[in-house]
Amino acid sequence: MDTLMNFLSALCLLVGALICVSGAVGVNRFNDFYTRMHAASVTDTLGAAFILIGLMLISDQFIVIAKLMIILLLGLIVGPTTSHVLAKAALKNGLKPNIPEQSRNDISKK
Amino acid sequence: MNIVLLTFLLIVAIAIIRTRDLFAVTMLLSIYGLLSASFFVTLDAVDVAFTEAAVGAGISGLLMLVAISITGRKEQSAKRKPFIALLVVSLTTLLLFYGISDMPYFGATDAPIHNHVAPRYIQDSMGEVGIPNIVTSVLATYRAFDTFGEVVVIFTAGIGVFALLSSSNAHSQAKNIIPDQNSMDKRHLVIRIVTKILFPFILLFALYVQFHGDFGPGGGFQAGVVFAAAVILYAMLFGMKEATKVFSQSLVQVVAAIGVLLYASVGVATLLLGGDFFDYNSLASDPIAGQHIGILVIELGVGCTVAAVMMIIFFSFNDLQEQPKADNNKEPEL
Repeated sequence: MDTLMNFLSALCLLVGALICVSGAVGVNRFNDFYTRMHAASVTDTLGAAFILIGLMLISDQFIVIAKLMIILLLGLIVGPTTSHVLAKAALKNGLKPNIPEQSRNDISKK
Repeated sequence: MNIVLLTFLLIVAIAIIRTRDLFAVTMLLSIYGLLSASFFVTLDAVDVAFTEAAVGAGISGLLMLVAISITGRKEQSAKRKPFIALLVVSLTTLLLFYGISDMPYFGATDAPIHNHVAPRYIQDSMGEVGIPNIVTSVLATYRAFDTFGEVVVIFTAGIGVFALLSSSNAHSQAKNIIPDQNSMDKRHLVIRIVTKILFPFILLFALYVQFHGDFGPGGGFQAGVVFAAAVILYAMLFGMKEATKVFSQSLVQVVAAIGVLLYASVGVATLLLGGDFFDYNSLASDPIAGQHIGILVIELGVGCTVAAVMMIIFFSFNDLQEQPKADNNKEPEL
């Protein structure tokens, strides 16, 4: 049981770290602000959730698990809200999303 | 781990110096604060990391953004190259390196710093003061006078900002602030609802950190910063008029002064009761209880002053922002 928990927690931590790295790669490689924002926010929140779950699996006291759960809840509330606010501010200030020509013609034809 | 973090710190510092856009520089300063906080955590200094994360990564970035919204976004280019300054700085750096080469190794057990005061604090703190957190006991009891100086410095900074930025027509402007139409304005619905949900918990967390400083990381400074951050968040989203209904300008100024007064009066009380200045043993019949009372009151004073000063600074900047400026300098609307 103990080794199973250790193994699961290590798996969760690794997956969380990989998700965060993929988010960083996405932020670097996308060329439009909105897609970059999407990559950063989704992967940040999910990666942080996985890392916190991995930490929850190997903690032995209940108080530690409770604190980690509260941190997870806060992260789930605050992360998407801030990315929403950022994207809305960008849209309000006139930054247009970069729709490629083909899909723009498809949308306007419908 | 230390090397990786220090390398990142160096890269961010170079980026801060070379970037021209002040908005990006503010973000980089927040990142610098976050990296410093992680560095302190790897050094096992959790109290300091907490304070650095709250102040450096949070509040100071926010206050710089508010300042930029007034001054403008682009850094002016230097008119001429200052060679003499470069010479002086290089000379000082070489002297510093020469001085560092004589220092004992990091963490060596026979270094003087580990042999004089630190063992006494570590061994006697539990017996003399009776709280588990040695950082708080050093900050609040053994070095109470230094912490008093810190609180006075913060208070002076608040007074300075207030004196510089408040003008005689600020009060007439305050009456003309148009309140937002209703608190559930459709434009900002998501963030207003989330703020309303989170606001009491942030205040509760600030109070928890304030009074839990004896047992875990925490204390007055961190608690004051978190409290001020919550109020500033509310003021940003719902308008100054709503925020000043609860925390009016005069109340905040009075609270800042009361914090310093509390701290100093504890010292005066210990003097009047026959002990040394800031010697809490004389505050109650039992020395340990006296220590607890003393630490509680001064932490309260510190928390009051820090929170009030942060709010003073933010409110002063806000009063100054009368009309929106030209397009590329206006702080972007939410």
